[in-house]
Amino acid sequence: MLTYIVKRLLVAVPTLLAVLTVVFFFVRIAPGDPAFIILGDQASQQAIAAVHQELGLDRPMLVQYLDFMSTVLRGDLGMSLVTHRPIWSEVANVLPYTIELTLTALVIGVVLGLPLGIAAARHRNEALDYAARVFSLLGLSFPAFVSAIMLLLAFAIELHWFPVISEARPGDPLSRVSALVLPAINLGLIMVAYVMRVARSSMLGVLGEDYIRTARSKGVPARVVIWRHALGNALIPVVTVVGLYLGVLIGNSVLTEIVFNRPGLGKLIVNSLNQRDYTMLEGLMVIYAFIIVIVNLLTDLTYGLIDPRVRQR
Amino acid sequence: MSTLAAVGERSTWARVGARIRRHKMASFGATIVVVVALSALLAPWLSPHDPLEQDVLLRLASPTADFPLGNDSFGRDILSRILWGGRVSLYVSTVAVLIAIVVGGALGILAGYIGGLFDRIVMAAMDVLLSFPTLVMGLLVVAMLGPTVGNLILAITLTAIAPFARIARAPTLTVKERDFVEAGRALGFSNVRLMVVHILPNVVDDILVMAALWLATAIRTEASLSFIGLGVRPPTATWGGMIREGFENILDTPWLAIYPSLAILVVMFGLNMLGDGLRDTSDPRLRHE
Repeated sequence: MLTYIVKRLLVAVPTLLAVLTVVFFFVRIAPGDPAFIILGDQASQQAIAAVHQELGLDRPMLVQYLDFMSTVLRGDLGMSLVTHRPIWSEVANVLPYTIELTLTALVIGVVLGLPLGIAAARHRNEALDYAARVFSLLGLSFPAFVSAIMLLLAFAIELHWFPVISEARPGDPLSRVSALVLPAINLGLIMVAYVMRVARSSMLGVLGEDYIRTARSKGVPARVVIWRHALGNALIPVVTVVGLYLGVLIGNSVLTEIVFNRPGLGKLIVNSLNQRDYTMLEGLMVIYAFIIVIVNLLTDLTYGLIDPRVRQR
Repeated sequence: MSTLAAVGERSTWARVGARIRRHKMASFGATIVVVVALSALLAPWLSPHDPLEQDVLLRLASPTADFPLGNDSFGRDILSRILWGGRVSLYVSTVAVLIAIVVGGALGILAGYIGGLFDRIVMAAMDVLLSFPTLVMGLLVVAMLGPTVGNLILAITLTAIAPFARIARAPTLTVKERDFVEAGRALGFSNVRLMVVHILPNVVDDILVMAALWLATAIRTEASLSFIGLGVRPPTATWGGMIREGFENILDTPWLAIYPSLAILVVMFGLNMLGDGLRDTSDPRLRHE
């Protein structure tokens, strides 16, 4: 297992470096001079030159690139162009909100999606299976902001069960929970649809295998066949989907945060877009890409944990 | 040689068409998609009013015989705007997915066929592209380069290329070892001919399933960007932009957000059913569902 972990790490590092390189050049080739954004269109040549010097934009591209890579790799993301505070502290302010939202959604997705998908596979072509498939198709069809608006309309505006603006009052833990419920259900239900559908189809695949027939004909109870014999093999595609789904989950969390007016990385990124805060955008891109690379690594390591055959490769 | 390619092509499409017709869910989904596509295509003739025509007297008016879905906050006809709004969504998504299929499919087949260092470099580049969440990539590209149709297409294409490259590469790896490709090589067929005539048809099935599902993703991304305010600029009607405007008046006139939402849901549902149906019919293990 240890050599497997080291091998995966060695693959992740160059990907991460390449991602950072893309972020650097992407922000540099975009039209629009950050100096104009800070100073306005009427700025004098000297003022612009001064800002360029302050931001280090007057240096050769290669020097800027090496400087960017070395500071980012040391964990320093620089200062926001707009608030002049370190990007890390801006991110740290809202990150807990995004993490609690996405983790709750992930838990809802796996806890409901996995058993439902397995049940649908066991009762294939029965009512439960059809209901599960219609639900998962619906879940895949809802853009996160559309489902968020509908939940908001039904449960906050019509029924008044939850606050319309999901604002957690400091010192009031209950308000934080009630602010989390609707956004987490929104993200969670979409996740249930993804997990359920993969759990169902991979379970169907595994249940058709010879070793399952052998176990059944030996008289092993159905429950044991499913949970002990089949689940391990059926789990691998589910882990893949949970890993792949992270990209979707990040996008959906941005939309959910906007609709429910909830603090988080999503609101941060939209605000910095509106204010053209380039350094903040660069920092957020680095953070998002970093999260994805790490999760892909964890997904690979989970395969190794579930399936000993993967480690041999 | 060209006749051979043409025959292969036609039989592939005929085969896919027959499969869709045989599969209830796939044909239902395909019908929905065709109806929505036609209504967007024919919007100039179908829509009862000019989608940009404002009328202060009809601000937020309830539905009437003349304006079946009511009017928005500028007094514009909501039905006409939904019909026209589909044009932007479907155009952006279709073009983006087509480019991604051609570029990603070609890269995937080339990488799988050539193998070695080229394969590793291409797939590493795809891993880098996959490290950016679709919506975040879209946000950045459009915010940096400007909210134009071309940039929306670019943003969606960039995130869609890698999945198509991966899905085209996998079958190429196995097909290129098969005897008929070996035989073609022995007969002196060029690499291009082997890839286009003999490998491509084996990849088409997987690509089509993926295309239907990615078309849905592309429509969702375009609508999401418009909802955030990074879509094609107003007053041009887009579904996402209409939902954004409706959301601003959500407490008083919720239907402004609901009608365009339903339009998106219908087309997404249709595409997902089509994609799922195609997958069922191309996977023999699932064929009997």
